[in-house]
Amino acid sequence: MKKITRRRLLKRGAVAAAAATLPLSLVEISWGKGNAQNFTFAYISDSHLTHIKGTKFVRNFDKGLKKAVMECNFMSPKPDFVVYGGDLAQLGKKEELEHGLEIMSKLRHPVRWVIGEHDFYLDMGRFWEDKISKTTYSFDHKRVHFVVLNSILTYDSWIKRWKTPEERMANMARLDNPNGSPFMVGDRQIKWLKKDLARVSKDTPIVVMSHSPLYKIFKPWNFWTDDAEKVQAVLKPFNKVTVLHGHVHQILYNQIGNITFQAMMSTAWPWPYPLSYIKKPNQIPKITVFMNRADPFHERDATGWSILNLENGRVTNHYKLWENRDRILRYDEKLGYPVDTLYQNPANRIPPQEHY
Amino acid sequence: MKKMVAAMTLAVALSILGAFAVQADEFTKKDLEKWNKEFMSVVKEGERLFHSALGKNKVSCDMCHPNGANTHPETYPKFQKQIGKVVALRDMINWCIQNPLEGDPLKLDDPKMIALEAYITYERKGKPLDPGKH
Repeated sequence: MKKITRRRLLKRGAVAAAAATLPLSLVEISWGKGNAQNFTFAYISDSHLTHIKGTKFVRNFDKGLKKAVMECNFMSPKPDFVVYGGDLAQLGKKEELEHGLEIMSKLRHPVRWVIGEHDFYLDMGRFWEDKISKTTYSFDHKRVHFVVLNSILTYDSWIKRWKTPEERMANMARLDNPNGSPFMVGDRQIKWLKKDLARVSKDTPIVVMSHSPLYKIFKPWNFWTDDAEKVQAVLKPFNKVTVLHGHVHQILYNQIGNITFQAMMSTAWPWPYPLSYIKKPNQIPKITVFMNRADPFHERDATGWSILNLENGRVTNHYKLWENRDRILRYDEKLGYPVDTLYQNPANRIPPQEHY
Repeated sequence: MKKMVAAMTLAVALSILGAFAVQADEFTKKDLEKWNKEFMSVVKEGERLFHSALGKNKVSCDMCHPNGANTHPETYPKFQKQIGKVVALRDMINWCIQNPLEGDPLKLDDPKMIALEAYITYERKGKPLDPGKH
């Protein structure tokens, strides 16, 4: 047994104190270092910054994004990068996007951007592509291949039916709009995706990031991508594929064949699970253990962001929930799908997770 | 004579009552259509209000509650722990207008309030009443 010196004791004490102040999820992540495929990144999504007039924006939504940015800056170990998952703006206005960029500029980490429909349908993505990011691209990071898609495109006939860009934007912004139009990736991007993946070996972990889920859950609210099957087919030959998406403002996960799907929280407000709307049938994934029903009296309840840990090519998702206990979603190699480390077992579930 | 007057009065009274009774019972399909049309026009107005900025910050009800989902009108009145007493749906509607929407509360008998209730409950049509449920 090693002799305990004063110095060693102090050192241990410091480590213990540091561990005590860090959320457990962060401590776990630091143990993963060493394997080139293990790293950490963060995901912030769906802030819906809303311009009122002049320099006034909706306070509540500003607060959500600012809180996520501040917490990302405190991450230890640092994330390799932060992904912004789309819907930075509410009505695609220059004021909203610029305001969002200003808040995001406080981040001390590089950002990868995914476009959402609220950023797109006022000027068809012009400001975004000029000032923020490309909408379709890929990059390699520590032996993982990342792909970003613009999954919120739609049919030309719908785009052309509106008299003004503002009318088009307002109609796309309304989630429950009976005059809405389904999202899609489109043949051009699918062709690009095929070409992009042609140079990637089949055992390289693939992480696809899109705004809408690349599968079909509930068409009336556009929890839906019309040509999802075509995209899934392109991803099929790869051993480890994860799709990360925003848009649904809720904890949601699924497994379709080789593809794991995980939704990100919104920093602005939560959305109901489609089964809460009793008039239309839904295809909510059966493996998802729902987040707690939101308590509107706690403004930040059922909102949050994610710390994502790449572990052996799979994504472990640490949902940072501001008013609830954090949730951890980890891929179970034996079961072949992602599970919530606490709540997947029905015996552990709690009444607020029941939605109706 | 007195008897006759009394009998006639009774007959008139009965006929009047009878006439009322007949009127109350015998509404027609046309009446039903008319009443439904009236109701649906208020639902429609409620839907419009639900999707417009009722407060001072451009936020609307549907942003958190698409199709009125997660409002659970069938569970009211119920104990709302954050308010500390049993409240009605309209109290919660006003709470939302005052807080996330940063607006002024509606009068409880304001036609706008009735319209919002009509829309919210219509979207939940068919769900059994379950007052007090959480």
